[in-house]
Amino acid sequence: MPARTVLQQADITRALTRISHEILESNRGPDNLVVLGIPTRGVVLAARIAAMLAEISGTAVPSGSLDVTMYRDDLGRNPTRMPSPTEVPPGGIDGKTVVLVDDVLYSGRTIRSALDALGAIGRPSIVRLATLVDRGHRELPIRPDFVGKNLPSSTNERINVHLHEIDGDEFVTIEEIEGGE
Amino acid sequence: MTETILVRAVTLADGTSSDILVRDGRIAELGRAIFASADRLIDGAGLIALPGLVDLHTHLREPGFEQSETIFSGSRAAAIGGFTAVHAMANTSPVADTAGVVEQVMSLGDRHGYVTVRPIGAVTRGLEGQHLSEIGAMANSRAKVRVFSDDGKCVSDALLMRRALEYVKTFGGVIAQHAQEPRLTEGAQMNESTLSGELGLAGWPAVAEEAIIARDVLLAKHVGARLHVCHLSTAGSVEVVRWAKARGIDVTAEVTPHHLLLTEQLAANYDSRYKVNPPLRRDEDVRAVREGLADGTIDIIATDHAPHPVEAKDCEWEAAAFGMVGLESALSVVQASVVDTGLLDWADIARVFSKTPAAIGQLAGYAQGIAVGAPASFTLYDPSVSRVFEATQLRGKGVNSPYLSTTLPGRIMATFHRGYATVLDGELVDAETVAAAARAHDQAGAGRG
Amino acid sequence: MRHLLSTRDLSRDEAIAILDVAEDMADVAHREVRKLPALRGKTVVNLFFEDSTRTRISFEAAAKRLSADVINFSAKGSSVSKGESLKDTAQTLAAIGADAVVIRHGASGAPRVLANSDWIDAAIVNAGDGTHEHPTQALLDAFTIRRRLHGADSRGHDLDGVSVAIVGDILHSRVARSNAWLLTTLGASITFVAPATLLPIGIENWPVEVRYDLDIALAAKPDVVMMLRIQGERMHAAFFPSAREYSRIWGLDDERLAMLAADSIVMHPGPMNRGLEISAAAADSPRSTVREQVANGVSIRMAVLYLTLSGEGGKQ
Repeated sequence: MPARTVLQQADITRALTRISHEILESNRGPDNLVVLGIPTRGVVLAARIAAMLAEISGTAVPSGSLDVTMYRDDLGRNPTRMPSPTEVPPGGIDGKTVVLVDDVLYSGRTIRSALDALGAIGRPSIVRLATLVDRGHRELPIRPDFVGKNLPSSTNERINVHLHEIDGDEFVTIEEIEGGE
Repeated sequence: MTETILVRAVTLADGTSSDILVRDGRIAELGRAIFASADRLIDGAGLIALPGLVDLHTHLREPGFEQSETIFSGSRAAAIGGFTAVHAMANTSPVADTAGVVEQVMSLGDRHGYVTVRPIGAVTRGLEGQHLSEIGAMANSRAKVRVFSDDGKCVSDALLMRRALEYVKTFGGVIAQHAQEPRLTEGAQMNESTLSGELGLAGWPAVAEEAIIARDVLLAKHVGARLHVCHLSTAGSVEVVRWAKARGIDVTAEVTPHHLLLTEQLAANYDSRYKVNPPLRRDEDVRAVREGLADGTIDIIATDHAPHPVEAKDCEWEAAAFGMVGLESALSVVQASVVDTGLLDWADIARVFSKTPAAIGQLAGYAQGIAVGAPASFTLYDPSVSRVFEATQLRGKGVNSPYLSTTLPGRIMATFHRGYATVLDGELVDAETVAAAARAHDQAGAGRG
Repeated sequence: MRHLLSTRDLSRDEAIAILDVAEDMADVAHREVRKLPALRGKTVVNLFFEDSTRTRISFEAAAKRLSADVINFSAKGSSVSKGESLKDTAQTLAAIGADAVVIRHGASGAPRVLANSDWIDAAIVNAGDGTHEHPTQALLDAFTIRRRLHGADSRGHDLDGVSVAIVGDILHSRVARSNAWLLTTLGASITFVAPATLLPIGIENWPVEVRYDLDIALAAKPDVVMMLRIQGERMHAAFFPSAREYSRIWGLDDERLAMLAADSIVMHPGPMNRGLEISAAAADSPRSTVREQVANGVSIRMAVLYLTLSGEGGKQ
């Protein structure tokens, strides 16, 4: 089955805008927020959300990246993963409200790793989770706070997220893969 | 009583086809379609008959290092390789530096009967390079030692070497020198080259061999003695020997099968099966020793068969022992390196691997090769087959062969030693049969004598 | 990466990948929790047949920061014959369940023999073998040079156009060998400076320039001057006549230090012989990277252990 487009560029922008509004609403403003993206595409989404938060609220919101590679529970089960840099904004995360951003939420294991990784760099007062796509099939008790699109999927389907900054084009597709994931 | 054997339609070293009739331990008749009754008939079609190979450089390890090899196991390795005589190096424990040791080695060889075992006597007592050993006693013993060598060690002291050359001359013998300047090769691990520098292995420079050979040929000339150079390995050594021969110096030289085929590049993975002394050299050295053998500068091929127990090689390169086993693979390696490349023909091989080494060792019975009246020591070789060489094809105790899992041409199908078979159908004849045949041969000889 | 046996085997991209991972590892040193769980449950054995406290504690710190279990095995002085002991020791470590063996051995090639053997199925990391290679030292040197040149933006960079003079006992130096391969792979140009007695035969076939005269080499204003440790026993083996003469001709003294370009750096793998191959002023000057090299060593070794032990390539 060929890939089916589920979000166009405009849909992605709209979803991120909505997420940004929801973040401000739940946080009652921009104070104390830090947006951290999980590499690779989460970092791009985090930067966009931080920019939108600033635009909407008129206050700069720091963003950065949080690499979770070293904290994964599947390092021995896959080819060696190359880590990415972790970039914590200058103010740090202690006592802050950290919004973790990823492109696709699936088993929840990446977020579990991210919570461990976060613990190694500081102690936020609140941690929230934002994701562009929630495709279901959670294996851990993890639930997103902000979702761009709920996309029920089967385990033998793959979600492809393309973003301009990385891929040169922008869309989300779903396609069937042989033998399941 | 001994067997009468008729080999039908075999190819002789000179390329002619002939039958060979063996009776009473000797070659009774040669020619086409011999009409005779025989106890054993062998189809020689496709096989080459070569005179029994004579190794001037074999380490049989007995007495003292029986975990590596014994005279029995080494004799069997020799027979399956087409040999009918080997010269056993002196670096045993005790060292072969007295009449007692050399006589023991010879008689053990005679009793097993696979090959003639000729002991080599040590040049210096205990191979220590200090005092001459009892060369006269060994020469006059039942073993009639004619080749003396401290092989494994070089007689590096120039005065001692001069005396040895002179003293051995007295008894009609020859010094076989292991040419290795000791100070230049302290801790040496492999050929000194760009590769040794990259691998961080201490180098064994060509000059350490060439300088000793140059000195020794000049000493031999000065005192009018014979000199034999063991396992020459470098292009420079070939040049020095060529220079010496051109000046009429009485020098002979040998090269090993492995130095005719293998190069130092094999050390690159630190696989200690390729650790040998002298070390494997460069491509250009391999070319030079092949050419030296072809033009007569190098007189003979000798195996330097050096068996070691597994643990001596199952370790890091620097801790590993020097040496390779070579008897079982020798003729195949020679075929691959100098026959199939067109440098030597089978008549040349008969000369450099039988007649001339026997002459240097003063071993009787090999001067005529396969000829009517000569002792029936010869081997039947199939050069047309190709085989993956495996440890199962080794018959000595050592498995330290550099050729394991490589493809080699040719196979020994039968070997006859003084008229009786030691190898038939490509496999060793059992020990009891061979020993009985050897006894029968000796009794018949005594009866005739 | 299955093993790390030599820098000669590394491609440019592989080398840069190790240096980049080491950048990520270096960041951990500045965090509140200086520990990563990546190698939890893995066992790393430091198998040292030669004494080297510096290298051993560097690997030990690296393994511990990655949460691996560390066993230090000092095989020096074992009475068993050397050959038996490498095999026997390897089989013992295999039975214990070692996932990685960090080996320092006096025999060149011992790590490769171990890696090619069927004695043990662990990742093998060469921590210095005889006079052959010391790949993690060269990697940390490259890392140090890259950081001095590019600072926080080091990721992804090679060493294109960097000139490095390596001075001293090239013949016996595994550091010089590993650096020669790695730094040239990364685009640097190398000049070896030594008396002819301390250069290997065939050096003309190496991808390096060779000079006997240190002053001429320094006049070319190299970006990096790497001084090698000179060992006393070389003098007794007649590689050079006296420490004084060596120091005068090939030592980095204060005058030569003053000749260096303003932004050039001075490196030394340690331990230093102050006053012999390097003056105290040179060792302690701001150009000197000696202490950075030690710190960077931990990051590089973390990267190497992570890359050899994680993923399907690492032994399960």
